[in-house]
Amino acid sequence: MASTPPRSQMPLPEALRVLQVHSQDSVVISTMGAAREWAKLDPSPLDFVYVPSSMGQAPSLGLGVALAQPARRVIICNGDGCMLMNLGSLVTITAAGAENLVLVVVENGIYEVTGGQATAASAARRQDGESLCFADMARACGFTSVFEFAALDDWTARCSEVINQPGPVFICLQVEGVEGDVSPRSPGPASERVARFMEALQP
Amino acid sequence: MYSGEEMVDLLLELGISHVVWIPDSTFGEWDDAFTLSKQIELVQVCREGEAWAVAAGLYLGGARPLVVIQCTGMFESGDALRNAVHDYGLPLFGIVGYRSYLNSETLPGDTCLRFTEPILAAWDIPSVFIDEVAKKPLLQEHYRTCQQEGHAGIVLMAEGRA
Repeated sequence: MASTPPRSQMPLPEALRVLQVHSQDSVVISTMGAAREWAKLDPSPLDFVYVPSSMGQAPSLGLGVALAQPARRVIICNGDGCMLMNLGSLVTITAAGAENLVLVVVENGIYEVTGGQATAASAARRQDGESLCFADMARACGFTSVFEFAALDDWTARCSEVINQPGPVFICLQVEGVEGDVSPRSPGPASERVARFMEALQP
Repeated sequence: MYSGEEMVDLLLELGISHVVWIPDSTFGEWDDAFTLSKQIELVQVCREGEAWAVAAGLYLGGARPLVVIQCTGMFESGDALRNAVHDYGLPLFGIVGYRSYLNSETLPGDTCLRFTEPILAAWDIPSVFIDEVAKKPLLQEHYRTCQQEGHAGIVLMAEGRA
């Protein structure tokens, strides 16, 4: 279950812009660093910037939306540190068989918003110096539509194809860490955003 | 205290669409009835923190979920509960099993008896306690009250096994 570094990485903002182009009719739930960047992309009413969050719970929140709204595609943009906090959600998602769910993990190997400390899955923290492979984890947990992208041009070329695969779909994007003021901020009062999101989800 | 069939009928009466749960040795007896029900969707999670987040997503999507976990799972799931109920103000409802309350023979000195009620109070969620058959109507009454008033609620249900 190991993959060998070094791997190429794409800029997170550009990677998410590609996803946004192809997700116009979908629900997009973003968290942590992905939420910070998604909030800058003029989100649609169907997007839920999950800030504040319970770290690790975005895939579970997205699963609930996907089960309640089976006619909509639900895309979750999760971080690798977040994914590690809730690996069981991979099993829960495949057990539930949510065909309309797409889980995107943006992997940079660090806890970006806390200052860039390495995750336990990154090469820097592994005794053998090999980072763990999230795509392999997803396969082991029952995902059958699994994709990995490290180059922006490949992701750009195939994004539409892969998010429309039979779900649940798992996509790992190798992204660059971002330095500086990287904390995600709530885009507004939570209760108001909940009300708008629920209204947008109504048939 | 409740048979599985009785619980399914009760949840249908209340309009529950999904049960999000991890069974314990008491609630596990409802598994067949939940699984066989064609009107209630069962979502089994791997850890209790997931349960509140899945329920939150279901509620946002227009469903009416119920979380069913043991008090040990409530301990574990505190941050997810805090986020869904207090950050986002979602009126989620749960049944929480109170381990060892009726009988602590299998786990003498079970510290669930020491921590369950203080932790539930700390999370500031209105709750009722059912420890005898005569109190069973509290479940429906509390659910309806919480939904009408738009806040979360918990039914703490006494258990006799680990």
